[in-house]
Amino acid sequence: MRTRSLAFVAAALAVALAAAPALAGDAFRFGLLLVGPHNDRGWSQAHYEAGRHVEKTLPGTQMVYIDKVNPADRPGITIPQLVDDLVDKGCRLIIANSDDMKDGVLQAAQEHPDVYFVHVSGDHALTGTAPPNLSNLMGRMEYGKMIAGAAAALTTRTGKIGYVGPLINDETRRLTASCYLGARYAWEKILGRPAKDLEFRVSWIGFWFNIPGVTADPTQVSQNFFDNGYDVVVSGIDTTEALVVADQKRKQGKAVWAIPYDYEGACDTAPDACLGVPYFNWVPGYTELLRQAREGTWKSTWLWLGPDRKDLNNKETSSVGFLPGPALAPEAKAKLDAFVRDLAAGKTNLFQGPLNYQDGSPFLAAGETASDRQIWYMKQLLQGMEGQSSAK
Amino acid sequence: MTRAAVRYGVTALVLVAFTTAVLLLAGAPPWDAYRSLAVGAFGSWGRLARVLTVWVPLTLCACGLLYTFRIGLWNIGVEGQVVMGAIGATWALRHPAPSAPVAVAGALAAGVVLGAAWAYAAGLLKTRGGVNEIFAGLGLNFVAQGFVLWLIFGPWKRPGVASMSGTAPFPPELWLPTASWGRVAPVAVALAVVAVAATAALLARTRVGLHLSAVGRNPRAAALFGLSPARNMLLAMALGGGLAGLAGALQVAGVYHRLIPAISSGYGYLGLLVAMLAGYRLAPVPVIALFFAALNVGSIQLPLVLEVDSSLSGVIQGAVVLAVLVVHGWSARRAPEGTP
Repeated sequence: MRTRSLAFVAAALAVALAAAPALAGDAFRFGLLLVGPHNDRGWSQAHYEAGRHVEKTLPGTQMVYIDKVNPADRPGITIPQLVDDLVDKGCRLIIANSDDMKDGVLQAAQEHPDVYFVHVSGDHALTGTAPPNLSNLMGRMEYGKMIAGAAAALTTRTGKIGYVGPLINDETRRLTASCYLGARYAWEKILGRPAKDLEFRVSWIGFWFNIPGVTADPTQVSQNFFDNGYDVVVSGIDTTEALVVADQKRKQGKAVWAIPYDYEGACDTAPDACLGVPYFNWVPGYTELLRQAREGTWKSTWLWLGPDRKDLNNKETSSVGFLPGPALAPEAKAKLDAFVRDLAAGKTNLFQGPLNYQDGSPFLAAGETASDRQIWYMKQLLQGMEGQSSAK
Repeated sequence: MTRAAVRYGVTALVLVAFTTAVLLLAGAPPWDAYRSLAVGAFGSWGRLARVLTVWVPLTLCACGLLYTFRIGLWNIGVEGQVVMGAIGATWALRHPAPSAPVAVAGALAAGVVLGAAWAYAAGLLKTRGGVNEIFAGLGLNFVAQGFVLWLIFGPWKRPGVASMSGTAPFPPELWLPTASWGRVAPVAVALAVVAVAATAALLARTRVGLHLSAVGRNPRAAALFGLSPARNMLLAMALGGGLAGLAGALQVAGVYHRLIPAISSGYGYLGLLVAMLAGYRLAPVPVIALFFAALNVGSIQLPLVLEVDSSLSGVIQGAVVLAVLVVHGWSARRAPEGTP
């Protein structure tokens, strides 16, 4: 009896040892470094699901991912270390999904010249500092944010829109400014109300998501907005606190709304409070970069992919989208749809002068249309917006 | 001797039972999980290098804590001392130096000084202000953390950016050179080894060690022999804080190459666990620190291979401590009165 069970254990051990993680054979493995949890209903989940989607649409590809890649969640771990791990796992293309990984991914790309790298939201390839194996990818979220701003302005009753901002950098300035432009346009041009009656305030928490004790608490920030007469809060962070708080306030009888960000399913958290969500669809970008890497046509590029103007929510073609939420009133939705049509047709361009920076200095002269670079590298928020433009 | 052996055996058994239960609860096949952890920590030279990178600050902190435990102080402020060491190193690296090695050496020295000063402050609060060192240390931890956030978001921010991400990285020439075979700075490992040897010598073979023990066991009697408890406490705090500060400086110069809010990686608190599990003795410290370091590094394999959350390693870490404490408690109960 005893010898038999011993033999059984030995056999089990042998099997377990032999069943080392089977190498992927000919599959093209790509790795994903996600700054937040893969199910954050925001930024990281959008990336995760695009990866899973591409695994299916591009047969022969296989995704490996590590989430919560940030020093608060994974103490002592650095980006180059994790890249080593992914390369050990056979990854030939590695996507780093956060601004926070900018320096680490550049170092890793230099250390692994035979592996392809994609830094999402970065500008190494734009500034010419990228090695040949590093590309950048970003969606033109300005488009989605303008729609979000318009939805907020078409809904607010108090004329006060709050924006929960992450940290302050070029990206967040231009996105917050886009949201404001959309809101101001809807307020003035669609509703015909005076600009002075619209308040738009941004409050920055200090990082892309809540890190207790380090960032300001986005739940608190959202509550402050709602408690001070802001009845629509737009989220610029990776996670859904603004929407969750809006839902709580509604349950207490307040007429308030929120607009989450990043992930197309974000409204599901609290549909009753959700006016809609501007979201990233990384499928077209991932598909293109994976194709380049597999076919050997890779060239270090800076990809800033836009919406499909004919079909904003097309999974295969539109890199940014906007899904209206259940809380958006029908008449507001009709107006918003018209606005989206005008945007798509190019009839409306909100990045057109005259536009001033927050301190009154000129951003665009009258009639001047902003170039990609001018938008990408906005130095300040815009005149009319309240909140910090940069660190004090 | 045999009793100790039995105790180790029972501890190991309890530990394995605990962690296996946790792994099963989390839906991870335990054998695969253990295997991934081991391979993830020691499967290659590169992995070993990473384990050593974590081992260095843990060992430094735990060594430093031995001085304070010896004199009967709970230096829970070790975490803040690591942070202050990192701040000191960053401050030094931001200033021009005649050459890179001088800059890095200066940074490490600044880390030691600031860590020691921070611990000294906690010591002064204890000896002069009558504030329990645990509360003083905890308070100073908060101050240090607040300080680091303020520096990152304020004076040391990146141009045009306001982010809790961290300061701009230092140019590579200011990084502590890494080994050719892995991401570890040989200088850091050497410093940790020297710290262990120096601590061994200082505690066992010098008057300092003797005085610390004397005060720790009976401050009044020590005072009768002309030993100042206050002065020795301050000395112990400064020695411990210096080592913690060095750990923080190495985090900046050798690991992150910049200052980040989580620069200490919690190694101060983890160092406390290491020192406690070592029974406040030096010999087991390097081994226990290695175990924790391996757990920390290997655990990244859990999400990567098994797609289970790597915070499981934190649970395992907790289980280790619990297992040791439980077995400790049992054997203390069973031991006849009067035996240690």
